[in-house]
Amino acid sequence: MSNLSPLLRMEAIDKHFNGVAALTKADFQIARGEVHALVGQNGAGKSTMIKILTGAYRKDSGEITFDGKRVEFASPEEAQNSGIATIYQEINLIPYRSVAENIFLGHAPQQFGFLDWSRMNHEAKELLRRFDIRIDVREPLFAYNTAIQQMVAIARAVSFKAKLVIMDEPTSSLADHEVDTLYGVISQLRDAGLSVVFVSHKLDELYKVCDRVTVMRDGHTIATSEMTKITKLELVAAMLGRDIQTVRREGQTSFYGTSHVTDYTLIKAKRLQAGTKVKDVSLAVRAGEIVGLAGLLGSGRTEVAKAIFGADQIDAGTITVAGNPVRFREPIDAINLGIGFCSEDRKVEGIIPEMSVRDNLTLAILPRLTRSGIVDEVRQREIVNRFIKRLGIKTSGPEQKIKELSGGNQQKVLLARWLCMEPRLIILDEPTRGIDVGGKADIQMLIRELADAGLGVLMISSELEEIIEGCDHAFVLRDGRTVADLQRDALSEIAVMTAMAQGESTLDGRFE
Amino acid sequence: MAALNKSADAFEFKLPSVSWFSRYGNIVALVILILFNLLFTPNFATWQTLNINLTQVSTILIVAIGMTVVIGSGGIDLSVGSLMAIAGAIAPLIFLNNIVQLPNIYVGVALAFTIPVLLAGLFGLFNGWLITRYKVQPIVATLILFIAGRGIAQSFTDSNQVIFTTPEFQFIGLGRLFGIPVQVIIMCVIVATAVWSVGRTIFGKHLLAVGGNEAAARLAGIQVDRIKRRVYFISGICSGIAGLIVIARNSAADSNLVGLGVELDAIAAVAVGGTLLTGGRANVLGTLMGALIIQLVRFTLLANGVPDAAALVVKAGLIVLAVWLQRRVSA
Repeated sequence: MSNLSPLLRMEAIDKHFNGVAALTKADFQIARGEVHALVGQNGAGKSTMIKILTGAYRKDSGEITFDGKRVEFASPEEAQNSGIATIYQEINLIPYRSVAENIFLGHAPQQFGFLDWSRMNHEAKELLRRFDIRIDVREPLFAYNTAIQQMVAIARAVSFKAKLVIMDEPTSSLADHEVDTLYGVISQLRDAGLSVVFVSHKLDELYKVCDRVTVMRDGHTIATSEMTKITKLELVAAMLGRDIQTVRREGQTSFYGTSHVTDYTLIKAKRLQAGTKVKDVSLAVRAGEIVGLAGLLGSGRTEVAKAIFGADQIDAGTITVAGNPVRFREPIDAINLGIGFCSEDRKVEGIIPEMSVRDNLTLAILPRLTRSGIVDEVRQREIVNRFIKRLGIKTSGPEQKIKELSGGNQQKVLLARWLCMEPRLIILDEPTRGIDVGGKADIQMLIRELADAGLGVLMISSELEEIIEGCDHAFVLRDGRTVADLQRDALSEIAVMTAMAQGESTLDGRFE
Repeated sequence: MAALNKSADAFEFKLPSVSWFSRYGNIVALVILILFNLLFTPNFATWQTLNINLTQVSTILIVAIGMTVVIGSGGIDLSVGSLMAIAGAIAPLIFLNNIVQLPNIYVGVALAFTIPVLLAGLFGLFNGWLITRYKVQPIVATLILFIAGRGIAQSFTDSNQVIFTTPEFQFIGLGRLFGIPVQVIIMCVIVATAVWSVGRTIFGKHLLAVGGNEAAARLAGIQVDRIKRRVYFISGICSGIAGLIVIARNSAADSNLVGLGVELDAIAAVAVGGTLLTGGRANVLGTLMGALIIQLVRFTLLANGVPDAAALVVKAGLIVLAVWLQRRVSA
């Protein structure tokens, strides 16, 4: 397959958003007839790369050669017409039209200016039969499950004579047996000479279907390798920016030494199952302890946090708070037991943009500041002023709208939202993501101070330093399962990475 | 012209910014309208003209206050007109002793004030229940009562209009206290209560949080569904009160006409008043301004001989202008 010129060559691609570099001299090459994995952490630049390729974004500089021609697509339609098809996570087809119509939308066979229905249905059927899918193509698309819908999307790509099919986390919403069908289809595409870009966070999958892999980090292309020549651990190390030969421990974060972990278990979750992402998770947090929750993107970390906090329903397993079994129906139930949750996505799940710093900061504690429905504004102001001072929140005043603050200061307001409640346990989902270096150090120091004062902290982080240096204890998730329970002295980069890459669900009897 | 430009060095004259307009534009528009009328409309500066305008705007404004709260929470309520009709249809049945024989007229009137309003509130609660329990979009959920509600009202009155003369009841539409129409006083009380509730109570904060970012509000421990149900309940209560005022004013309850089209007038007042239709803000005083502006524009045009049809077009133009200003500010 390397005797031909590559199908796609993206060279030295640069892209900035509002002055922030998303891609820096990034390269990406795909040979003809190969399945190529594209991996990286959140913000590594994978999706920016793909969006530039498919014409959704314009590159700042660099060169793209596709099928021997230099190209710059102005729109996804243009890319599609040139032979690049994208299958998105949320399938972008039309649910109420028939399967056949969806496949041929925009280029349906016609006769005398009318749709040639019988030919269209026949061809759609043939196309799907190639993938071993035998369904009634006249039924509306929504009548079929996600897996079939995905196959329809792929069939549509093939009908467009696509040369390159991009699949963005295609297995994330599929059941196990459906995944096998997808693998089958992918190898058929490869046999037919098409190339596939496969974006996924599940390492096992990559080894099953991909020929080569490209790793991205912080907007750079870090490595491209044959799948057989790179181990899972090496892959994880490349994604996280670690050199396994010299895994050092240097102080890069502002967490500092000693811990005051007590024996008092605040919360214990046993064999949790929730939705499709949380399959078998157990963990425990003691008072005065910072517990890290590590795992690659898509391993179910956020979903675990939400299940514990009562924001998502639990399907199986138990949670005990201070020894008592609990069942939270709504976040308010968890809050009433002294639990707080700072979500990962400040914009979507954190701030109320139109409201002031004052109202945002006191949103959770408001019921306690209220007598017969009326907010005690004196006490409210007092709390707000105290926390603005204590956390060093940079704002023109309590009445400033929160959306006008910087990311770090918004995060401090959200932390204060929970701290003013004097919680027993606080769950922090990526507390330092998207925050500048100074703000990061402030927040890390604050977290340690809180734990020293007896608070239990459950911290989700994608940054290894934060887990290794910041935590007293860490649990590692892999594909929705707890695969490692690392106490302070066992906590090392190599241990965490090994568990992320290939850990098996082997928990000791601690949770039984 | 050239001379003017030169003096601009000394006198820097700047056009007010778009955000200035969106904040003070309402007041400016209102002042301009009043000045215009003082100059060109005969007998404008009279107690009578003021009362006419305020009475005409009162029912729309009362409904619009409920609507402001609903829109602030991120929803919309199309059923308000039908709920007015329902309240208006039931009240006469009570004080005319059509349901049960009551000891005296005062008991009848007291019940005629409370039961229809509460019932309208319960219908509002039904809207909220559809929206929270079955996750129906507010515009669809309230469309159900928008359509069915008028039918329900008609079934109470056997499709006939009920005519009555009951001064004890009708004082809310016809009576005056210290020279001020009672309905205007009711309107002022509702506006004041709403301003205070939105600004000072936990309910006000919660409703704006739900409208501003529902997911964040829930994670902060707010019981989103409960807030939403309450919001539609309030809108129902406001509609019920407005319905009673209308029938009292007309000495008749006509289920086909009471509150017809009021939902659009109310939404227009909210929009012109500067409340974002996407939720997260509830500018009650803005709605007051919006309703007054729309009313005064209509009055000005009619008083100066412009036909009603043209007034409608001007009203639409105002809404376009208000929405345009909002978009410029939020962009």
